[in-house]
Amino acid sequence: MTLLSVRDLTVKFGTRGTPVTALHGISFDVARGERVGVVGESGAGKSITGFALMNLLSRPGYIDSGEILFEGKDVTKMSDREIRRLRGNRMAMIFQDPMVTLNPVLTIGQQMIETLRAHRRLSYDDARQISLVKLKEVYIPSPEARLDQYPHELSGGMRQRIVIAIALLLDPQLIIADEPTTALDVTIQADIMELLLEMCRSNMVGLMLITHDLGVVSQVTERTLVMYAGRIIESGKTRAIINDPQHPYTQGLINALPQQTPPGTRLRQIPGSMPTLSTMPPGCPFNPRCELATDVCRARMPEITQFGEVQVACHEVKRLHAELAELEGAQ
Amino acid sequence: MTPEQKDGPLLQIRNLEKRFDVDSGFLESLKFRGGKLRRDTRAVHAVNDISFDVGRGEAVCVVGESGCGKSTVARMVANLLTPSGGSIHYDGQRIDTLRGKALLPIRSKIQMVFQNPYASLNPRMTIGQTLEEPTRYHNPGLGSGEIRDKIAKVMKSVGIDPTWAARYSHELSGGQRQRIAIARALTVDPEFIVADEPISALDVSIQAQVLNLMLEMQEAHDITYLFITHDLSVVEHFGTRVVVLYLGSICEVADTRTLFSAPKHPYTKALLSAVPSLNDDSPSHIRLKGEIPTPIDLPPGCPFQTRCPLANARCRVEKPEPFAQSDGALVACHAVEEGRTDAGMTLQEAV
Ligand SMILES: Nc1ncnc2c1ncn2[C@@H]1O[C@H](COP(=O)(O)OP(=O)(O)OP(=O)(O)O)[C@@H](O)[C@H]1O
Ligand SMILES: Nc1ncnc2c1ncn2[C@@H]1O[C@H](COP(=O)(O)OP(=O)(O)OP(=O)(O)O)[C@@H](O)[C@H]1O
Ligand code: SF4
Ligand SMILES: [Mg+2]
Ligand SMILES: [Mg+2]
Repeated sequence: MTLLSVRDLTVKFGTRGTPVTALHGISFDVARGERVGVVGESGAGKSITGFALMNLLSRPGYIDSGEILFEGKDVTKMSDREIRRLRGNRMAMIFQDPMVTLNPVLTIGQQMIETLRAHRRLSYDDARQISLVKLKEVYIPSPEARLDQYPHELSGGMRQRIVIAIALLLDPQLIIADEPTTALDVTIQADIMELLLEMCRSNMVGLMLITHDLGVVSQVTERTLVMYAGRIIESGKTRAIINDPQHPYTQGLINALPQQTPPGTRLRQIPGSMPTLSTMPPGCPFNPRCELATDVCRARMPEITQFGEVQVACHEVKRLHAELAELEGAQ
Repeated sequence: MTPEQKDGPLLQIRNLEKRFDVDSGFLESLKFRGGKLRRDTRAVHAVNDISFDVGRGEAVCVVGESGCGKSTVARMVANLLTPSGGSIHYDGQRIDTLRGKALLPIRSKIQMVFQNPYASLNPRMTIGQTLEEPTRYHNPGLGSGEIRDKIAKVMKSVGIDPTWAARYSHELSGGQRQRIAIARALTVDPEFIVADEPISALDVSIQAQVLNLMLEMQEAHDITYLFITHDLSVVEHFGTRVVVLYLGSICEVADTRTLFSAPKHPYTKALLSAVPSLNDDSPSHIRLKGEIPTPIDLPPGCPFQTRCPLANARCRVEKPEPFAQSDGALVACHAVEEGRTDAGMTLQEAV
């Protein structure tokens, strides 16, 4: 059974009058031990996807339709109690700001021990012992001393490592990490990413890594979802997407990186910006910024089509592939 | 070369220091010790004895971890902060000691662009008003029509339609706001722009827009940049020279190409190895062990010693001074000076 299977998930925001749609029927899977990256510009719907999976959407946001099957059970139909048991226990989320997770008035030890004992029948000493082991796993120096420290006494990198240790406390099957290293420096980011990678590999934990950093996605994940305006517009093997992006938006994102043009020359920018939820254009949401856009693109939303190792939602990619196939057939 | 020479570098920073007192009040800092009442002030040593030059037309990038003093250096150069020691010369003139009216000419030559395009624009002002204020202030001779023309010209040069002058900043995207912030800096025809992480808060696609704009300004107006960033791919693209800071001290200063092809300081090496690349899917970065000391209790000796794989007894007592390498790089490291570099680093390159 797939660890996570999301089908036609639609999320809306009910702001005054007609609700706006933040996620338009997205579908994807995460297998056991698989590392999936989620990329896209600000406002694409990456965090909303993470929140929806954890059932953490707060008003005015709500799941309008679709299924979120976690180990075969639909999260959208679970009772609050079932969801609370799932969260932390089987699924855990790591946020950009570690202080979202950490309680500033409790010591690290108190938070870890409390979390453990809320979910498991453990003595205080056993819970402390497990906490120590987890802190060692994330390479916290002198873990015994850290247990008695408060979050504000630790550096940003160390706090984020502790958040990861807490996320791992109950041996979850899926970790959703939303920009876990954006606030950190590159040397510390590299450590944290390596740590997440190691945890997933050795414990067969599934990882959904939300980030805007394509370099990080390239280093850590096996599969990538590219989001644009609340839709997954390209998905597939990370290597395939980075080396040979199909969708004009994915191409734009990769081509805009400084390392893609010789030093000192103009970068290839994507013109315009992403539409807001209330000003979505008809047809393909990328069409106002797309060099390849035709009348078809301006009228109709392209469906997702499989091409080799990737799935792409683009009229022109589909047309080009069809032409190629015809040419090959003719030869 | 003495700072007074006019044909020297545009900006000369010598032995720059900045300390911030951290104890909040006079009473709190009074301590009873050894039978006497003493005033005990602790200070953040944000910038320690930094010297480097910026030549005309250069784009010098300052990189380093959070808290290493990048913004503090930027603010001192832009005259928004007074150094605790050392000197800053601009075009041969000492500027860090200027006050009041004497500052005005320098303020129009050196402009600063800040990281957060959301916070640096006043939400209650239209774009036109935002741009008009500095234009009027620095060009008291201009009439209203001329000012309007100048603003329209600047807006066009950053790729924003002058008809947008009536809009408010909240109606703009992040990239558009940052262009307005740059336009505001350009209204006074600066020679030198200090940009403190001008693109860090923006998406890749918008980063590209803003970086392109800065490159165009460099060519069209001969602008010199001091560019603060933590993104090394941006440094490699945009910078002519790089200053690597660690805990307020210089580790390495080198031409961009030299730095990226032959980094020498152990911290620079670790930093470059940690940049995630698009092509290589097997991470093999140099993992730094050990904790970062706080800038309040700086250890004697090298500031990097607690995380350095090459640190020895000398590193713990004697602070290394930057010295020149054969390829022109300046490096502050005893191990590099003594030639005992590679052995230790390869040991760490595991994983
Ligand atoms: N409470 C809310 N009410 C209305 N719209 C919202 C709300 N929260 C988020 N949105 C909208 O939902 C869309 C998706 O937001 P989301 O936070 O998922 O973006 P993201 O891809 O995570 O972006 P970022 O990279 O900036 O974190 C955005 O257009 C956002 O404005
Ligand atoms: N006004 C102040 N009072 C006290 N300490 C300060 C003040 N401004 C900066 N500092 C301290 O000085 C040090 C250098 O800060 P600075 O803002 O220059 O770092 P930075 O390199 O710009 O970091 P970042 O990448 O996070 O922006 C830090 O330890 C900071 O906490
Ligand atoms: S080898 Fe040493 S000098 Fe060089 S960084 Fe070390 S501690 Fe510093
Ligand atoms: Mg987000
Ligand atoms: Mg700063």
